[in-house]
Amino acid sequence: MKILRLRKEKLDLFASVVQQFGELHAPVEQDGKYVFKRLTRWAEARLDYDRTILPPKKYFLPPRETLFRYRPGEGFLPSTDGLNQRIILFGLHACDVYSLNILDRVFAGRYNDPYYQARRRNIAIIGIDCTPDKQCFCRSMRADFVDHGFDLFFYDTGDYYQALVGTALGDDMVLATGNLFEAVDAADIDEYKRRSWNKRRAFQLDVEIRDLPEIFEMEYQSEIWEELGAKCLSCGSCSMVCPTCYCYDVADDVELGSRAGKRTRSWDSCLFADHALVASGENFRGPRASRIKFRFYHKQRGFVAEYGRPSCVGCGRCATACPVSIDVVQVIDRLRRVQDVASR
Amino acid sequence: MLLADDVATYHPIVSGNPYQPHMARIVRIYKMVENNHLFTLRFLEDNLAHTFRHQPGQFIMLSVPGAGEIPISISSSPSRPEVLELCVRRVGRVTQALYRLHTNDVVGVRGPYGNGYPIPEMQGNDLLLAAGGLGMAPLRSLLWYALDHRDKFNSIILMYGTKRPEDMLFREELLALVDRTDMNCLLTVDADPSGSWKNHIGLLPTLFDYAKIEPLHTYASVCGPPVVYKFILQRLLELGFPKNRILMSLERRMKCGIGKCGHCSIGYKYTCLQGPIFTYWDAINLPEMI
Repeated sequence: MKILRLRKEKLDLFASVVQQFGELHAPVEQDGKYVFKRLTRWAEARLDYDRTILPPKKYFLPPRETLFRYRPGEGFLPSTDGLNQRIILFGLHACDVYSLNILDRVFAGRYNDPYYQARRRNIAIIGIDCTPDKQCFCRSMRADFVDHGFDLFFYDTGDYYQALVGTALGDDMVLATGNLFEAVDAADIDEYKRRSWNKRRAFQLDVEIRDLPEIFEMEYQSEIWEELGAKCLSCGSCSMVCPTCYCYDVADDVELGSRAGKRTRSWDSCLFADHALVASGENFRGPRASRIKFRFYHKQRGFVAEYGRPSCVGCGRCATACPVSIDVVQVIDRLRRVQDVASR
Repeated sequence: MLLADDVATYHPIVSGNPYQPHMARIVRIYKMVENNHLFTLRFLEDNLAHTFRHQPGQFIMLSVPGAGEIPISISSSPSRPEVLELCVRRVGRVTQALYRLHTNDVVGVRGPYGNGYPIPEMQGNDLLLAAGGLGMAPLRSLLWYALDHRDKFNSIILMYGTKRPEDMLFREELLALVDRTDMNCLLTVDADPSGSWKNHIGLLPTLFDYAKIEPLHTYASVCGPPVVYKFILQRLLELGFPKNRILMSLERRMKCGIGKCGHCSIGYKYTCLQGPIFTYWDAINLPEMI
């Protein structure tokens, strides 16, 4: 991999050059929190942000998007709205890049999702490293570093950003700046290693995921699920803010006074009461306890069987967003805890 | 109306879009049982009508324009191509809309999806098909597939039960199978107030008394409401069926049919990809399966 360095004070120059590749979006502050948003000027970008309210999935799987327009006599015509828009998404943390790599696997395979794939092709990713806070557990989820899924990734090494060039597009961005980027030397690499070691020690949360699928199977009947079901409000916030929750609903809307219409998809959540409801009235996950159990089970156990790793990246958004403070790390800790036989 | 330019820009993803419904004409609506009509569809594109092939047990996503898209199992056998037969119960919003359509109206179809029955494994074995109520809809595809490839299977037994004779799906064609000597077609009704029913009367499991079954050389395909699974599965296990020789066809809410939308997920399997045909062993290992 091509590795270069960029003087920190040149970053704004880089940002202005890179705009020729697309509309620049980055985390900006909004009411004390952060959101990914189109920049009107570079100074708005807050590269020291902790986490955005919504993850970058909103760019690739929009909260609501038109799949088809239907017209009598013409059938279903695929929509291309927004698919060709070129965007530079600046400032993704490793966990968020990792989450896109996970979504890539869901929206590819035997059945390629052309809407997701078109956006993924047209949206460039520039990652930046970060310092874990008290909600972060990406290290436990093996998502604290990414080796692909970005065009460029910047690591802070003091006076410089060390830049990993991930794609040909990333290389073009570097080349477009002329000689802004420099070669790295041994001291830069040592500085990277020193900071990487410090980052590892900065994590306050740690969960063990190695035999978590087995523990989930063993604790399937645990009373913890009933407790969580009683607490959970089924609001679905955790799914909306999750960078890897991809469930969606599809609905047809007819235009007023016409037989034409459109088919749209929108974010859904397995916590919603009708997620597994079929037309006959049978609901395969009726009780709230079974729905919240399913959400944890699918992320931490089901996804492992399907794709070889949990779909959780440890970004900490769900715990931050939950109005009743359901915290995935605490849930896993409780499942792993050795219970006294007498207290059961 | 779309402008020509719009159509041109649409084009690039038409070819590779797995969500693209293909338009099909309703060529026949047969009022088989009240609120359980049989819809026969034929793709508007001749080439697609000729080339569309499915496996028994697979399903399609059916679009009723303006109402939505739902999974429907294919009731016709791939050995009888050119048209698709769908047995649809009027039960939800989209099926209500379908029932408002007439012959020659156009709907959307994409698929086929799902694993279907494991035909290569089932070949050379006895087949036991056990259905209750609407459960005959997916099994009918397997039944005709087996009858049209009669040399590939040993004995074929069908056990089908409904509440009353008038509830029986595909009644005429199944009654015509009763006299066939190359299969054992057992039909029963819970009750026959009219007194005109000439076949068995009694609950579905009573038909086991009329069937010779060798569990180690048989694949049992079961489909029906939960009560059917409960009693038939119990009976099959008592007979000594290995759990991977009992096949079940499951229904779930689906929005995509291709393993993306998440709705049909059971534990760690997608009903639309790894199902809808599951073995009983899968069923007892997947939470919330039945």
